[in-house]
Amino acid sequence: MALNRDFVGKSYGPTAPYEVSRVKIREFAAAIGDNNPVYRDKEAARAAGHPDVIAPPTFPIVFSLQSGGEALVDPGLGVNFAMVVHGEQRFEYVRPIRAGDELVMTSTITDIRTAGQNELLTIRSDVTTVEGEPVCVTYNTIVERGGAA
Amino acid sequence: MTAAVRYDEVEVGQELPAADYNVRRLDLVMYAGASGDFNQIHWNERFARMVGLPDVIAHGMYTMAQAGRFVTDWVGDPGAVVDFGVRFSSMVVVPDDDTGAVITVSGVVEEKLEDKRVVIALTAKSGDVRVLSKARAVVQLT
Repeated sequence: MALNRDFVGKSYGPTAPYEVSRVKIREFAAAIGDNNPVYRDKEAARAAGHPDVIAPPTFPIVFSLQSGGEALVDPGLGVNFAMVVHGEQRFEYVRPIRAGDELVMTSTITDIRTAGQNELLTIRSDVTTVEGEPVCVTYNTIVERGGAA
Repeated sequence: MTAAVRYDEVEVGQELPAADYNVRRLDLVMYAGASGDFNQIHWNERFARMVGLPDVIAHGMYTMAQAGRFVTDWVGDPGAVVDFGVRFSSMVVVPDDDTGAVITVSGVVEEKLEDKRVVIALTAKSGDVRVLSKARAVVQLT
């Protein structure tokens, strides 16, 4: 069904802190099949100029799913999850995410629009450390197939 | 950040050699666990067909991760990636066999920016179908 346009501009968060661990980074790197040592070996990461192992560029999805998810399950928005696929994704990085980071995120529904028979919804999430240092901004667009039919 | 690629040695139009990445059902199960995205369309064929899909499909983020790996393998330091965005233009259908599907990624240096940054335009295909569009990465070179 059509998504509720009244939700454009609504914000969620900040989230509870997400603690980035070396173990989770290694698990994520293994899942995408990437053997780069800067994801696994602290010494290799240091040799590359990082204080600890860093996370692959798409790692923010691990915790942005949780925060963006809060928006998507908001009663009244009207998302039918069975029909949802990913439409677009973008990350703007201030610096790499690294082990030891404690990250919080504030998410805003920035756009809801119709494309053919589908409904498209975009969420912007601002990721900072608990101290307030900006780390990255993510833009996630989901497609609800047939939502506008 | 110490990118292995030098800005002065890169030219607009320069091609990054294509690379193949396999995606099997096992990879999707691992990715579901690691990412926390347990949407059934990525592992349950019965459910995928029930909601009108041809078969189980890969997480879009799995495909984006392979495109990211292509860029970080080229630039050397993943920390050199400053912007990365894609549109998921078609699904990667993953059959229930031992080989799965193949995602082929290639790239070209599209633009040289200030501050030793370059724009890489990425192409990702599964079979003859483009599975990413508007795929761009901005990387900080040395």
